[in-house]
Amino acid sequence: MSLEQYAQLSNYAIAAGTVVVALAFLAHLAEWGFALRSEPAKELVAADGSVPVEGATTGSAGVVDDEDPDRSTVFSSVGVSVAWLATLVLLVGVVTRGLAAQRVPWGNMYEFACTGTLIALAVYLVLVRVWDIEWLGVVVTGFSLVLLGIGFSVYVPAGPLVPALHSYWLVIHVAAVMTAGALFLLSAGASALYLVVDRAERRGTVGKVLGRLPTSANMDRLAFRLVAVGFPLWTFGALIAGPIWAYYAWARFWGWDPKEVWALITWIAYAVYLHARVTAGWKGRRAAVIGLIGFATFLFSFYGVNLIFGGSMHTYAK
Amino acid sequence: MSRKEKREKTSAELAPALGARETLRWTWRQLTSMRTALFLLMLLAITAVPGSIVPQRGVDARRVETYLLDHPDLGPWLDRLGFFSVYTSPWFSAVYLLLMISLVGCIIPRCLVYARALKARPPRAPRNFSRLPASAVFEVDAEPEAVLEAGRKALGRSRTDVDTDLLEVRSEKGYLRELGNLIFHVSIVVVLVSVAIGALYSYRGAAVVVQGDSFANTLTQYDEFSSGALFDTDKLPYFSLDLKKMQAQFLETGAQRGSPKLFRATVDYQTSQDGASKPYRIEVNHPLIVDGTGVFLVGQGYAPVLKVTDAQGKVVFDDAVPFLPSDPSYTSSGVLKVPDAQPDQLGFQGFFLPTALVQGDKVPSTSIFPAAQFPLLGLFAYRGDLGLDEGIPQSVYVLDKKNLKQFTKNGKALRISLQPGQRAKLPDGSTIEFRDLLLFARFQVADTPLVKVPLVGTSLGVLGLLLSLFIQPRRTWIRARREGSRTVVEVAALDRAPRDDLPDDLDHLVERIRHQLGEPKETT
Ligand code: HEM
Repeated sequence: MSLEQYAQLSNYAIAAGTVVVALAFLAHLAEWGFALRSEPAKELVAADGSVPVEGATTGSAGVVDDEDPDRSTVFSSVGVSVAWLATLVLLVGVVTRGLAAQRVPWGNMYEFACTGTLIALAVYLVLVRVWDIEWLGVVVTGFSLVLLGIGFSVYVPAGPLVPALHSYWLVIHVAAVMTAGALFLLSAGASALYLVVDRAERRGTVGKVLGRLPTSANMDRLAFRLVAVGFPLWTFGALIAGPIWAYYAWARFWGWDPKEVWALITWIAYAVYLHARVTAGWKGRRAAVIGLIGFATFLFSFYGVNLIFGGSMHTYAK
Repeated sequence: MSRKEKREKTSAELAPALGARETLRWTWRQLTSMRTALFLLMLLAITAVPGSIVPQRGVDARRVETYLLDHPDLGPWLDRLGFFSVYTSPWFSAVYLLLMISLVGCIIPRCLVYARALKARPPRAPRNFSRLPASAVFEVDAEPEAVLEAGRKALGRSRTDVDTDLLEVRSEKGYLRELGNLIFHVSIVVVLVSVAIGALYSYRGAAVVVQGDSFANTLTQYDEFSSGALFDTDKLPYFSLDLKKMQAQFLETGAQRGSPKLFRATVDYQTSQDGASKPYRIEVNHPLIVDGTGVFLVGQGYAPVLKVTDAQGKVVFDDAVPFLPSDPSYTSSGVLKVPDAQPDQLGFQGFFLPTALVQGDKVPSTSIFPAAQFPLLGLFAYRGDLGLDEGIPQSVYVLDKKNLKQFTKNGKALRISLQPGQRAKLPDGSTIEFRDLLLFARFQVADTPLVKVPLVGTSLGVLGLLLSLFIQPRRTWIRARREGSRTVVEVAALDRAPRDDLPDDLDHLVERIRHQLGEPKETT
């Protein structure tokens, strides 16, 4: 195939992948919708949040219509399967993009969006097998759609890299930082749902929908584990590989460029999060809020800096 | 930890009036508490934000000047508050220093505690196992001593004591967690300190070198130079280089037409006065490193070769003049000073366009492509006193027009447009000729000693961090007592950081003990 054909194929695959991600998102929405429809079971939940004996046998499924034995669960696994498909299609898109440009496919904002989405979905699908986190599907697919949307808004045709990006540190730095970002995304999803479920648990209003989710304590632990993996990766990607690359490209390791400042701010935010988790009185809700702030600063260092601060040296990666 | 903190606080509150020493101690304890560290960390992040919004002197001084011009009201206030050099401002430094003190005050006692913990033996078993997060009881035939021995083996690599008087096994594991945590925190201090010391001994400078010219590492050859407070500028390491060839290639076609493709400076360099010269290709991301000093290619541009003949017919200038690019299409501006011209000194100021777009009779003013496809030089000419004799150092890129008079034509400023090979005559009889077009390279020369220390420090810090996040400290006890012909075995475990796999792990331990004793699997 010629480079143009690869580029064409990549564009088709990314577009198709976006549609499939949207389908996965819809499946997850349906999962929640069906959970909501069988909501009447809510009355069975006592005020203290405990479930009466008859409903308890099937765990979260509770009492359901006989004719559709938990459609919600069905849609959940449909969502995961479709997400697999979306990931494969996006993988084709990203790989052909790389072939078309004859380099790693993460050299500009459009490519960051595509590869970033791919990594986020892949990390999610791997972790689904380890930690049963299907319930994060709606967050991951929804966010992937947003990311791809941003990507299309800054589309550029496939082409070679500007000289400053010619470095294997680009490969290492960006790959590490994007994987860390995917973990931060999943953690933020868990933290956000934690806040919702924690509130419901304390008010005793855990209904059919929230009942499908793990307990708040489980989500809290998951959010922590994801940051525990993501933070060292971020440290390596943003604070070791990044400065080394900056040294070769710009003759200095650290120059207080807006992108560097925000990478540091993200790092501090997650360091605060880890501390908050081990400090009595900061556990739980406050830690979750800090985790969400951390993710916001991550998004900002990823996109905000490029879009807002024209003066950053990193803006050639538009 | 939390309980202890609480107790300390109440006693502090109860104290009627604190003496000077107590106040000091109280302040120290507050400063080194984890909550203060958290607060200072957050404060550091927040105080770092303005530096990413407002331009910074240390990063781009020219943008600071523009900002001051654009914001005449707000600008001076921001300047007074240090917003244009946030990362060296007193308030940022204060937060940074307090955090350092807090960190050190936090690390030292913890190191001492850790040293003691390393020597300590695992603690005695609590009386009541059922109160611990996980415990189990089972019976076997073997004698208690055999059970304890089996237990010791089953516990594997934990630090384990067998007490044959009390008939109990005490074990503890996960010491590396705290070690990792200490390494991580110490490495933060090491990084911050080594960066500060490295900055004191560092230097960096920038120089423009035109194709065919050479550069030697001495102060006078730099356009810009700055060094740390403790760097001795007489001790610049010797090296020199000849710029043999400069290449700048751009994409000619496609959607990204005009984007840079390749920048390469081919040089011959020498590391001693009489040494042999060696060739090297300096590219972006591929610096020349001599004796710790890096020579980086950070920019390039065009240098028209201009020849000026004064009114008396004498050649008073014949050299390349670098024009500094100001946009991605290399619309460049520059200045030519000719102090030797007679009777008046001459000055020229103008722009260079590598690919000028000519539309009708309008004078082109911007370049549409970075490569030299249709080069055009546009100049205004002046005569008078260039102000070079006043002893005040002047930038070669700025023309001081105080004592200069502009040449005019028909009452309007005289405008000279030249393409390579062309020549123009000025009203006073002097001529200027655009002889040739060369490229220049802009090199950044920099040495930051100790750079390896922060890098190694951060890497060790990451390893420490992994230990502190993933090692799980756990205490386990096994107790055995004889009841009739059977031995009752009690097992219990306690995690320092609670985990949910504790009960499973305990079941496995019980299984391993039974296996050691040759007992069948327990049926549950
Ligand atoms: C500059 C940034 C800092 C970072 C990134 C950082 C990071 C960390 C991390 C990742 C942990 C491990 C949490 C765990 O045990 O699971 C930790 C623990 C800890 N940090 Fe920091 N730290 C920083 C500054 C400080 C400072 C200034 C202090 C002192 C006042 C401090 C005191 C502590 C303490 C006491 C623990 C242990 C808590 C425990 O294990 O119970 N940290 N820190």
